[in-house]
Amino acid sequence: MRVICCLKQVPDTTEIKIDPVKGTLIREGVPSIMNPDDKAGLEVALQLKDKYGAEVVVLSMGPMQATEIIREAFAMGADRGILLSDFKFAGADTLATSSALAGAIRKLEPYDIIIMGRQAIDGDTAQVGPETAELLDLPQVSYVKSLEYKEDGTCLVTRKVEDRSYVLRVKTPVVLTVLGEEVEPRYMSVAGILKAFREMEVEIWSADKIDVDVTTLGLKGSPTQVKQSFGKQLKAAGHTYDNVSAAEGAKLILEALIDKNLL
Amino acid sequence: MELSAYKNVYVIAETRDGKVQDVSYQLLGKGREIADKTHSSLHVILAGYNIKNAAQDLIAHGADEVIVIDSRDLQEYLTEPYVQAVYSVVEERKPNIILVGATSIGRDLAPRLSARLRTGLTADCTKLEVEEDGSLFMTRPAFGGNLMATIISPNHRPQMSTVRPGVMKKLEADSQRKGTVTNVTFQLDRPKSLVEIVKVIRKVQSSDRIEDAKILVSVGRGICQETYPLAVELAKVLNGTISGSRASVDCGTIEQARQVGQTGKTVRPNLYIALGVSGAIQHLAGMEESDFIVAINKDRYAPIFKVADVGIVGDIKQVVPALIEEIKKYKQ
Amino acid sequence: MEKTAEFKLYEKLLDEFVETEVKPRAAEVDELEIFPVDTVKKMGEIGLMGICVPKEYGGAGASVPMYAHAVRKISSACASTGVILSAHFSLCVTPILEYGTPEQKAKYLPKLCSGEHVGAFGLTEPNAGTDASGQQTLATEVEDGWIFNGSKIFITNAGYADVFIIFAMTDRNIGVKSITAFILERGTPGFTVGKPENKMGIRGSSTCELIFDNVHLGKEALLGKVGQGFSIAMKTLDGGRVGIAAQAVGIAEGAINETIKYVKERKQFNRPIAAFQNTQFVLASLYAKTQAAALLVEQAAEAKEQKLKDLSLKAAMAKLVGAEVAMEVTTKCLQLFGGYGYTRDYPIERMMRDAKITEIYEGTSEVQRMVIAGAILR
Repeated sequence: MRVICCLKQVPDTTEIKIDPVKGTLIREGVPSIMNPDDKAGLEVALQLKDKYGAEVVVLSMGPMQATEIIREAFAMGADRGILLSDFKFAGADTLATSSALAGAIRKLEPYDIIIMGRQAIDGDTAQVGPETAELLDLPQVSYVKSLEYKEDGTCLVTRKVEDRSYVLRVKTPVVLTVLGEEVEPRYMSVAGILKAFREMEVEIWSADKIDVDVTTLGLKGSPTQVKQSFGKQLKAAGHTYDNVSAAEGAKLILEALIDKNLL
Repeated sequence: MELSAYKNVYVIAETRDGKVQDVSYQLLGKGREIADKTHSSLHVILAGYNIKNAAQDLIAHGADEVIVIDSRDLQEYLTEPYVQAVYSVVEERKPNIILVGATSIGRDLAPRLSARLRTGLTADCTKLEVEEDGSLFMTRPAFGGNLMATIISPNHRPQMSTVRPGVMKKLEADSQRKGTVTNVTFQLDRPKSLVEIVKVIRKVQSSDRIEDAKILVSVGRGICQETYPLAVELAKVLNGTISGSRASVDCGTIEQARQVGQTGKTVRPNLYIALGVSGAIQHLAGMEESDFIVAINKDRYAPIFKVADVGIVGDIKQVVPALIEEIKKYKQ
Repeated sequence: MEKTAEFKLYEKLLDEFVETEVKPRAAEVDELEIFPVDTVKKMGEIGLMGICVPKEYGGAGASVPMYAHAVRKISSACASTGVILSAHFSLCVTPILEYGTPEQKAKYLPKLCSGEHVGAFGLTEPNAGTDASGQQTLATEVEDGWIFNGSKIFITNAGYADVFIIFAMTDRNIGVKSITAFILERGTPGFTVGKPENKMGIRGSSTCELIFDNVHLGKEALLGKVGQGFSIAMKTLDGGRVGIAAQAVGIAEGAINETIKYVKERKQFNRPIAAFQNTQFVLASLYAKTQAAALLVEQAAEAKEQKLKDLSLKAAMAKLVGAEVAMEVTTKCLQLFGGYGYTRDYPIERMMRDAKITEIYEGTSEVQRMVIAGAILR
């Protein structure tokens, strides 16, 4: 059984600050981390390793710095790690990213389950999972809360959405996107960290290694483009009303709540 | 790609248990504005089971045409059947713009559809602007809301976006509006549909943890035994959760797990209503990142007013009951 | 020296572990004197409880500097949890690893490494504190082993430990040269653990009396050779002092981190108190001193790793300086907190109470000075 787990290295957005003058992100000193939802996905994969002896292959795309999260995945228990790193991949939107990932995943056949996090905390799109599934022509289940693998090659998957949960049966191979808040990832281990650096290698794959039309990769293969970006506008100063009656006060609050779509 | 071959605005309606979700009406409001500005028409793709009756209401809310795909295979949302249903229409109609609600359904369906169309998709937009030539500027938050980015799709059509619920405004229903209803038959390609529903569990219990709450009604020193039930009732009508300051924990009004602040928890709800909370620095540290803050306090110099978006200087006993009444009236 | 990528990832593991498992419980561990059993189990799972033990015995195969770093990071959030690890690893696991027979290692190390078992060390007696050679506990050799009588006090981890390294004299006439080390298991008939002490600090570590009333041990309980005990004890304590020095530096770092956060938030005279030069100068000095102590700890850990002859001196210097820095830092940081610092709403008063023990146990600061003076005035 082979489980492929896609990981993204992201800036820790909880540590990001905005330049108050320029309104741009201050990325300096912001740590890079394994995307939390992806880490939850890795935990699901490692549980399949614990229970069924699955081989866990982690796959990432990014600059060489992203080997850090692959080593981290090794230290948690992953068996093999591949980084897609090539300037031809650079500037990819979600579709071009999915083209590259799908190409690499095809090279890793045969596989049983492909696991991704629901979304990355930098882009927040939640699109790469479904788009990769489409390019691989595989079924998908997004917003996965838990997973039960059956020996007959099917999975029982619990998918959690706003007002309900579904228990779904799906035949493998399948692409799953996992909800970070539903899974508690394990810690690395000290022995795992030593092994990750002393006994394991991260495989670096360039665009040539995956048989994908280069016009579908990177900036060139991206239908969407960022036209401009800007810091979130500072919150307008609030207003405190003195000398209003209780009824007037209540009305003022209600109007504000309606205006902000909070009801 | 011949961009001019792609015309008009399409909204993919979201239905749950045969009921069109509010986000779809919000998209119609925006879609109408875009269609008018680009001199084109607004269409809704309404897929589901037993949903035909909703068509007129969608027209009343701004649609020129409702394309109904009614099939037993579309009773509960599943990715592949829905994508097939919508794709067949889109493939033929060639929309310029497709809008989808950024719900867990929309964010599952839209990327699958956009990849099948080999076009772009912009997620979770909070602002849409269009030029007369039909180019769409899609603005969305990224980096945990720290940054806003405007995205375009210059060479690909349709231009697709999922739109955050609660951001766009729906139009008042106008029962005089005219529009057409088109029924489309749907044949599911079964071999491609590899996911089956075993069980649906409704009403997933919402969490009571204050860190997860979207709406918090927070009580402070100014709330006593007598007035606490008012806070609880306000939380109830707002579907919110009760939290409080350290003072309210110390006097036993709320338990420690609900304490906001330095020695309690840090929260960031969409709405934070502070009742009788003075706003000591230790408290503010735990809540000042809330999206919208309302404060009611009888002390006009209370520091909480410095962070409040709306502050009312007044008596809890009078303002809160009046507010509860107003909200109840509005919700009816 | 730039940290290796491996060490950075190890720091990340410690940060995550401390933030999630240790810090949130620290106040409760102190207030209610809770021995954090679950945290100890988790420390075993990630490999801290047997960190420098070779893999063949279930350890992680890491270095002494990595061990010292773990104690330091954990102690920055909770000194009780820090000393539980230090006493377990330095004072029980290490002597078994260094002096145990292959059978003893195979029997005890795997469970001590996994966190299933906790270790302790019994040397101090009511009348043998700084003068550890004055052991009263007697181990009388009998045909099939040893009969123990006596008692030990202030034994860290005692209430929850499964394996104890115990020192006793085998012959009062020979005195210190007869001191011998043994491995004692919880539950051995005649061996009881007394009530925990109600302490000023490190209140989550279980500190108890041990009582031996005709405890019968087999020959296989002997650790090292008869009469080697005093040397084993002193060498073990040299290593232990690396752990306590790391704990002291950790407490100081924890206090500085809390204070930095506080002085940026706390406003007086319409300014954060961080804007006042008094705050800045006090914190700058404390930070520099703490980092200096940290370097001494790293040096001592490296000496232990390399088995250098001057470990004793380096460990004594690290512990002396570390403990004094911990005390100074926590006291002065509490002052910056003002009245709030004196309340239990903030962790700084706990850190100050915890810091004091580092000047006392595993050799008081006076003992460290004796060791240092002995080495330099030779």
